[in-house]
Amino acid sequence: MITALAWSIPALPLAGALVNGLGGLFGFTWLRRVSHFVAVGASGLAFAGALMLFLRLSAGAPPITLTLYQWIFGAGLHVHVGLLIDQLTAIMLMVITGVGSLIHLYSVGYMHDDPGYPRFFTYLNLFMFSMLVLVMADNYLLFFVGWEGVGLCSYLLIAFWYEKTSAAQAGTKAFVVNRIGDAGFLLGVFFIFTSFGSLDYATVLPRAGELTTAAATAITLLLLVGAVGKSAQLPLYTWLPDAMEGPTPVSALIHAATMVTAGVYMVVRNHALYAMAPFSMETVAVIGGVTAIFAASIGLVQYDIKRVLAYSTVSQLGYMFMAAGLGAYAAAIFHLMTHAFFKALLFLAAGSVIHALGGEQDIRKMGGLWSKIPVTAWTFLIGTIAIAGIPPLAGFWSKDEILNAALSGGHPILWLLGLTAACMTAFYMFRLFFLTFKGPSRLTHEAEHHLHESPLVMTGPLMALAVLSVIGGALAGYPSEAGWIHHFLAPVVGAHAEEEAAGGSALFGVAASIIVALLGLTIAWVMYLLRPGLAEAGLARFTQAHRLLLNKYWVDELYDLLVVNPTKALGRVWDWFDATVIDGAVNGVGRGTGRCAALSTWIETHIIYGSLNLTGYANHIMARLLRLVQSGLVHHYAAIFLVGLFLLANLLWWLNHADPGGDGLVVWNQAASFINSLRRGGGS
Amino acid sequence: MGAWLTLVIFLPAAGAIGLWAVRRPEAVKAAALAITLAELLLSLPLWGSFDRTTATMQFVAEAPWISRFDIFYRVGVDGISLPLILLTTLLMPVCVICSWRAIDRRVKEFMISLLLMETAMIGVFSALDFVLFYVFWEAMLIPMYLIIGVWGGPNRLYAAIKFFLYTLAGSLLLLIALIALYFEGGRTFDLMKLMEASYSAPFQFWVFWAFFLAFAIKVPMFPFHTWLPDAHVEAPTAGSVVLASVLLKMGAYGFLRFCLPMTPHASQLAMPFIAALSITAILYGAYMALAQDDLKKLIAYSSVSHMGFVTLGIFVFNVQGVEGALLQMINHGVTTGALFLCVGLLYERTHSRMIGDYGGVARPMPVFAACLVIFALSSLGLPGTNSFVGEFLVLVGAFRISPWVAALSALGIILAAVYLLWMVQRVVWGATRPAVERLPDLSWREAVTLAPLVGLVFWIGVYPEPLLAVMHHSVEQVVAQVGRESLPDGAHLLVRWIAGGGAGPGVVPGVVP
Repeated sequence: MITALAWSIPALPLAGALVNGLGGLFGFTWLRRVSHFVAVGASGLAFAGALMLFLRLSAGAPPITLTLYQWIFGAGLHVHVGLLIDQLTAIMLMVITGVGSLIHLYSVGYMHDDPGYPRFFTYLNLFMFSMLVLVMADNYLLFFVGWEGVGLCSYLLIAFWYEKTSAAQAGTKAFVVNRIGDAGFLLGVFFIFTSFGSLDYATVLPRAGELTTAAATAITLLLLVGAVGKSAQLPLYTWLPDAMEGPTPVSALIHAATMVTAGVYMVVRNHALYAMAPFSMETVAVIGGVTAIFAASIGLVQYDIKRVLAYSTVSQLGYMFMAAGLGAYAAAIFHLMTHAFFKALLFLAAGSVIHALGGEQDIRKMGGLWSKIPVTAWTFLIGTIAIAGIPPLAGFWSKDEILNAALSGGHPILWLLGLTAACMTAFYMFRLFFLTFKGPSRLTHEAEHHLHESPLVMTGPLMALAVLSVIGGALAGYPSEAGWIHHFLAPVVGAHAEEEAAGGSALFGVAASIIVALLGLTIAWVMYLLRPGLAEAGLARFTQAHRLLLNKYWVDELYDLLVVNPTKALGRVWDWFDATVIDGAVNGVGRGTGRCAALSTWIETHIIYGSLNLTGYANHIMARLLRLVQSGLVHHYAAIFLVGLFLLANLLWWLNHADPGGDGLVVWNQAASFINSLRRGGGS
Repeated sequence: MGAWLTLVIFLPAAGAIGLWAVRRPEAVKAAALAITLAELLLSLPLWGSFDRTTATMQFVAEAPWISRFDIFYRVGVDGISLPLILLTTLLMPVCVICSWRAIDRRVKEFMISLLLMETAMIGVFSALDFVLFYVFWEAMLIPMYLIIGVWGGPNRLYAAIKFFLYTLAGSLLLLIALIALYFEGGRTFDLMKLMEASYSAPFQFWVFWAFFLAFAIKVPMFPFHTWLPDAHVEAPTAGSVVLASVLLKMGAYGFLRFCLPMTPHASQLAMPFIAALSITAILYGAYMALAQDDLKKLIAYSSVSHMGFVTLGIFVFNVQGVEGALLQMINHGVTTGALFLCVGLLYERTHSRMIGDYGGVARPMPVFAACLVIFALSSLGLPGTNSFVGEFLVLVGAFRISPWVAALSALGIILAAVYLLWMVQRVVWGATRPAVERLPDLSWREAVTLAPLVGLVFWIGVYPEPLLAVMHHSVEQVVAQVGRESLPDGAHLLVRWIAGGGAGPGVVPGVVP
């Protein structure tokens, strides 16, 4: 019963994807009217199933393991398709199916007029399936199936509006950049296999202590390469901002709430391995901290509402990595959860704005929407407060815990990085809010005309997520480091090592977090509401810095210069090499043979025929016949070859039967003994 | 069941003879389809009654042919040849159907060539006598030569002659190796006996290199690959499919059937060299594919890259690697064959193979687009599709020899994503070009050719166990055969040094059997 429930959680979205996908390919027109029932129903049922498992686990039931069938096997390699649902998986399940279902529902309104409606739900359900496989897998290889599966769905959904070249390009870019990470991850998996002879978590993780530091470091760094790609961390983050080409619900589900957090999940899942490799832990923390501030700084100056949120996501993921690298695994998952609430909320609210304005995404052409679309505005404000880290909303609790882990864990520089990034976060989010909803309206006439609040099917999910963004943090994470989520996750990640750190320094940290958040808010308020001219003046003063940020540090251009263009150029160089050198040699051999043939023909006609001519006309005819045979046409040769083969076979057969058992084959035996003598001469 | 196997081998040839009597082109096509379908049905009992618990040859049939020299008609299959035979019988009906409209002149001759080809290919995979093997091996050459040279594109003669001469050169070395083995292996052409005999190291060395050239040209391995793009570009669709799906497997099959069991010592000695060539092929083929504007050339070079994984897997001499290589041979047959079918479908509509002439095909042809994307994803080794399982096993095997070999090969899977998705982006996505706006989507006939291949892509990807179970014991036997002669210490050290030595730092030793 419980096992059937477990496997039906991923199976339901898969079935939904198959129904919508096949129906769409067969061109069923009725599908348009039912595809949302199928998709939303599948994800809703998956949520119900996840909820039941979650309640079971929180009531103290043991983790569920389940083997479906043997997938790949051979000489010591046994990989099953099997599921593992422990506390960590349960939280991920709740986030994925819960937030996922809300976004499915929202999409019914958002994508309503799109011609690719059933296709959209196909991909969305397929994504749910892959993501569920990722978090429910009980071994590294099945995990990898989900890992690349979500990458595929991300690719398909970014390129959903495939007729836009920029969307198609962004899709390819996302997949390829992820592939770079995945190749590293796969090498890590091989390393795990050669070290443990197994790919099951249940075998590998308890034996992590047997690894030497060097091996553990190699494994964990290789796995980290994959996580850096999937979770858009430095240096492989560049695909995520471009991924905003996809429909907004996709940005909310895949590129904010779930898929991009897979890297964090992976690190936490493998914390036993990371624990053996201090250097890898440091690397994770530093990558996270630097990414947090790097992406936040780019977010300060962007004008596209979705791109600001995209850089914000990269930055927030940096916090989660920092937490994981510091060993604060519960804090990382806690922030993953609250971030899923408020970032999904912000994206969906942004989508509601875009929807209301008929597709406008430039915040310079917004403003004054506060009273026009009140539900969207209110929920967006709640999301903004939550992400800015202002208590008592969700983001405050989880972010503060991460900063506290840095401070009390003896990493003041990381703490400062995080604190600065927190200030920037508050600034760019309130900048976004003020420019979009407050101040004078800068709408185009067309957009003004189009303006309307979204239907209930869209605002409903917004309100649900807003409630979660308000109470989700305090409910799950209070009191700090000893809240519900910490106790719930303790069987998987263990209790946080530095609990005694609470006290004086913690209070100082909390005060600092609140102050920087309010500071960011105030600066944004002054610059964009109180004194609108100040922003312009600031830009004029810091032109160089502004251009640097506006162009995102020219990282994309740098990668084009260093990686993309050389790769393409190398392809062309090898193409030339292949045609000129290798094939040139082949054709050269061909021509050389032709010249030799010409030479021998000349010898034959001038010298041999010349002497043969003396013997008369009959011989001449013979020669002409021979020349016919040597036509230089391969199919003639082929025919002669066939005839010869046939004659030879018959001859052998005839000899064989004409002289049974005898030794009459003088020529053959002579050849044999000749070869034998050669062999004896040279062999020994 | 031995007679059954003989029936499977010769039914297409018998059908080809019968086809002479048929006059109308439509009837010829229908008859050819019926013969290939009957052949497919006939081959299925082999799969069903194959004993999966042993490595010995099954369905063996034996009859004296030229008994004076111990030349026998001797056939049989094991877990290495059976999947390849089934791949062949599965693809031939597909080839007949995809030629339905593409071949409009000398239809009868074309179908006869295809059928003779089928007999020769199945013959190669089931021959257990070296002379019989050689006869089938050479016999494959002629129909393929005709298919390219008669029904091919504008530059078909050049391509056909290049293909013929190149492979003939390899065959001659195979003939020399055949004669040498006859004398050294106790005057027999029985492959099983030749595998059991042991040969001196210098003898193995020379025979190995003769084998190597013959098979490397067929695979084709870098740098003997330049006949392949020309042959593919000029060949009609069915020719490309047969070439990519089955003919390219002959070389790899030869390595497995001859080099590893008969010249284990020389094979081990050559391992670093062949691993290097394989990695070169993987990366070089990928870069070449990246630079192509011609769809068929792109897929041809991707074949070079993918076959690099196969040769790499064979020459790591462990069960994972060899099993992965064998599975990858099947996968490549399915996926690359399907990609050539897809290109053929486009070519039939627009008479262009140039990527630049397409764009936005997804809108007029959504079902076709879905198929092309699925095969491209399979080709780049997405988990859940067939190629992932094969590439994973090959890479695991390679990693056990040397992490660096695996790391370099893994670059190939990144590049595969680049060239395939870039192709998809330029052909399938983007604004729909006026030239492709009115293209019809798949007809039923076309859908029928692609559907079984889509099924195989996911079946092997999700549940490969039935296939692996068939291969398993035979693969273990080959690995045991190559492992029975160990290299002298000095040479062994050299191999390990070149290959990168061991399985990396800090590994818990001896866990993996």
